[in-house]
Amino acid sequence: MILASIVDLSRLQFALTAMYHWIFVPLTLGLGFIIAIMETYYVRTGNEFWKRTAKFWMNIFAVNFAIGVATGIILEFQFGTNWSNYSWFVGDIFGAPLAIEGILAFFLESTFFAVMFFGWNKVSKNAHLISTWLVAIGTNLSALWILVANAWMQYPVGMQFNPETARNEMVDFWAVALSPVATNKFIHTTTNGYVLAAVFVIGVSAWYLLKKREEEFARKSIKIAAVFGLISLIVLIWSGDGSATHVAKKQPMKLAAMEGLYKSHPGTSIIAVGILNPGKKIEDLTTNPLKYENEKPYLFHISIPQGLSLLVNRKTDTFVPGIEDILKGGYIYTDKNGNEKTAPPIEERMEKGRLAIEGLANYRKASKAGDEEGKATAYTQLMENFDHFGYGYIKNPTDVVPNVPLTFYSFHIMVILGGYFLLFFMLTIYMERKSMIARHKWYQWLAIASIPLVYICSQAGWVVAEVGRQPWTIQDLLPVGAAASAVNPGSVRTTLVMFFVLFTILLIAELGILFKVIKKGPGA
Amino acid sequence: MLYILQQYWWLIVSLLGSILVFLMFVQGGQTLLFGTATKEDEKTLLVNALGHKWELTFTTLVTFGGAMFASFPLYYSTSFGGAYWLWMSILFLFVIQAVSYEYRSKAGNLLGKRTYETFLFLNGTFGTILLGVAVGTFFSGASFVMDKSSIADTFRPTISYWTNGWHGLEAITVPFNLLMGIVVYLAARTLGLMYVMLQIDSDSLKSKCNSQIKVTGPAFVLGFVALLLALFTMTGYHVNPENGLISAVRYKYFFNMTELIWPFVMLISGVVLVLAGIGNTIFAKGKYSFYLTGAGVVFAVWSLLICAAFNDTAFFVSTVDKQYSLTLQNSSSSEFTLKTMAWASLMIPFVFGYIVYVWRAMTKVKMSNEDLSKPDAHKY
Repeated sequence: MILASIVDLSRLQFALTAMYHWIFVPLTLGLGFIIAIMETYYVRTGNEFWKRTAKFWMNIFAVNFAIGVATGIILEFQFGTNWSNYSWFVGDIFGAPLAIEGILAFFLESTFFAVMFFGWNKVSKNAHLISTWLVAIGTNLSALWILVANAWMQYPVGMQFNPETARNEMVDFWAVALSPVATNKFIHTTTNGYVLAAVFVIGVSAWYLLKKREEEFARKSIKIAAVFGLISLIVLIWSGDGSATHVAKKQPMKLAAMEGLYKSHPGTSIIAVGILNPGKKIEDLTTNPLKYENEKPYLFHISIPQGLSLLVNRKTDTFVPGIEDILKGGYIYTDKNGNEKTAPPIEERMEKGRLAIEGLANYRKASKAGDEEGKATAYTQLMENFDHFGYGYIKNPTDVVPNVPLTFYSFHIMVILGGYFLLFFMLTIYMERKSMIARHKWYQWLAIASIPLVYICSQAGWVVAEVGRQPWTIQDLLPVGAAASAVNPGSVRTTLVMFFVLFTILLIAELGILFKVIKKGPGA
Repeated sequence: MLYILQQYWWLIVSLLGSILVFLMFVQGGQTLLFGTATKEDEKTLLVNALGHKWELTFTTLVTFGGAMFASFPLYYSTSFGGAYWLWMSILFLFVIQAVSYEYRSKAGNLLGKRTYETFLFLNGTFGTILLGVAVGTFFSGASFVMDKSSIADTFRPTISYWTNGWHGLEAITVPFNLLMGIVVYLAARTLGLMYVMLQIDSDSLKSKCNSQIKVTGPAFVLGFVALLLALFTMTGYHVNPENGLISAVRYKYFFNMTELIWPFVMLISGVVLVLAGIGNTIFAKGKYSFYLTGAGVVFAVWSLLICAAFNDTAFFVSTVDKQYSLTLQNSSSSEFTLKTMAWASLMIPFVFGYIVYVWRAMTKVKMSNEDLSKPDAHKY
């Protein structure tokens, strides 16, 4: 394996870029549609109020969009600069959605962005409105293809390994593009953006109410955002349930980490709230088993009996494996083809993985030597064990366990805040209907405080998705250690610091501009 | 079929690359922020005129990267993973550009107007040069090792890596690459000057650009001629289509032009159009100069990029061992993926169509100070 420090630094750099990128992207995903709805009101009614309102939110959109674009390009290029092996090993699958994204979505977004911002006097009202909708659609289409690629990394389908080229090759585009994980991920991620944008609009509008300014603007913005947000959140929760079901079937270790579940039993409980016991460490399972057994998984927890079984299997008495169960194997699970099988222990998977890798090496040697019989034997060895290929790079069974506290807390923060936002949107709609929203300061403060909370919720979701699937870049096929570029750690450390400093400065600048724009208000 | 698809995708990626060079008139225009657009209102006009187009250039760059990843992932893996500092430097220069238009004149922007203008200037100057240097490596090669069997080595599974610690910065010291960088910079600046003259309603700016183009235009032409001389006299590397073995061939790129003919015709057409565009600016009113020169640049760059890989040529040569070099055959995606993307590429004419529609709608009228002071104006 490549030196761990390079891998860790590359992961940190990618995480940093992705997290900064995700500060800006969800707002544009949702705000684009909110603006388009407002401009539609303008075109339909001819009321200048709606134009002024749409233009105010457009200013916010533009500031946010610019830095989203800046951080986005780095993500794309980092697949090559920091994850070069990954780029070859799965580039045949991953690259295609990326290229289609460029051709179909990026140009749509960037071309009509110019009309949306500079075309008020250059094209007709209707042409401008169409442009605004196209920017919103283009922004969301951009998200579609990258999420298809991401979903494939979590659940690789529609491909076959080719030992001649030493990579995975796509054999079914629609299986990749329309995989249940991809469609669910797209819905879950974009509605997350809509909810974030809705809370943002409500929070900013509440600030005007608090300052007793722009009441009509604020209340109408809140009304649109709250309805948009509530509908989006209902879809978000529904897709979240789908996401958990997929994770249970395709990435059971991630689910176990999300729940801090070490050893399970039929009728598995779900943790509603809990504090993990820091003394419980999976490494102790082999090095200090007595300590491992004596340590309880939680210091405190409130659980719903049989909740996890019900959530993932729709039956209360089923078994959902914990971390230790997955490491030891022996439980019954349903494979990709719907067959019931006994899960092998991770050590067995590691052995099979090594056989697969050895098969690949022998195949390539035989191919070079023109030894057809050797090729056939090696090919059989490779393909019989290919489902475990990535485990061949793993040194210790516990290396397949992600960071449990980070995954557990992120998941629970996301779920708790998701529940809070459901109540928040319902309360907002109720108060707005009763014309109470402009009178109650406590609500206005609550709405403002909800802005950072929605960002935390959104980031937490991605932490669950990405930290929870460690150590895999491609589930079961390629661990991060085998995916990274062979760059020296000093270079990655330097660029990491440079990115951190640059992004932080730009974030401060962005916030500075946003505060000024908001302070000036839509009347400016 | 695979062979045809590999050629097709090289044509598409090369076309994107050549359009990118044309669209870097935005970068060229940014270099005028210091020394040319000296007054505040001139800077504002310049930034706003370019600001309507910067995203198109940026998107083309992103799509060029994406298309390269999708079609020739081994190049993406080898060059990006190896020439780390070269690509990272390019990235930084484009990141600082992406925010500068929107942030420049906004209150509360933390760094002040001058800093964002400096960012734009740096992007315009060094972004173009470094991209040119990166393109230069298609012809001059780089010091990398590439062995797909390494993936089966659990201790060092990296299939391609650089053999020096400079990680791409050494490419700047190769005279050919540097010349390529300078030519790209001069092309961008020439087009930038022409765009300003076409699109901005300012006599003072127009007059300054007119006198500058008399220097920049001929410098671009001379640089390009020098580049062609260097290219046509250099050794290239032939791939044996039967066994994939790579061997040196003197004047390979010249022979590629003469043996294939059509890239040569494209090159000549490009040169004629560029000369017509520059001549039209210097000796006449120059109404269509920008588009003539732009078309010329697209044809010329496209022909050179085709020449880099067609006619059984290794397009990214390893200076460590020629057999590690990348070719269209050993670096491309699978037939299925290339075919799937080929279906998606049928949308390109449609995409091109709406870009042209929007371009025309947005550039019908020259930009003036009056435009920028209108209440609906989104001012950078």
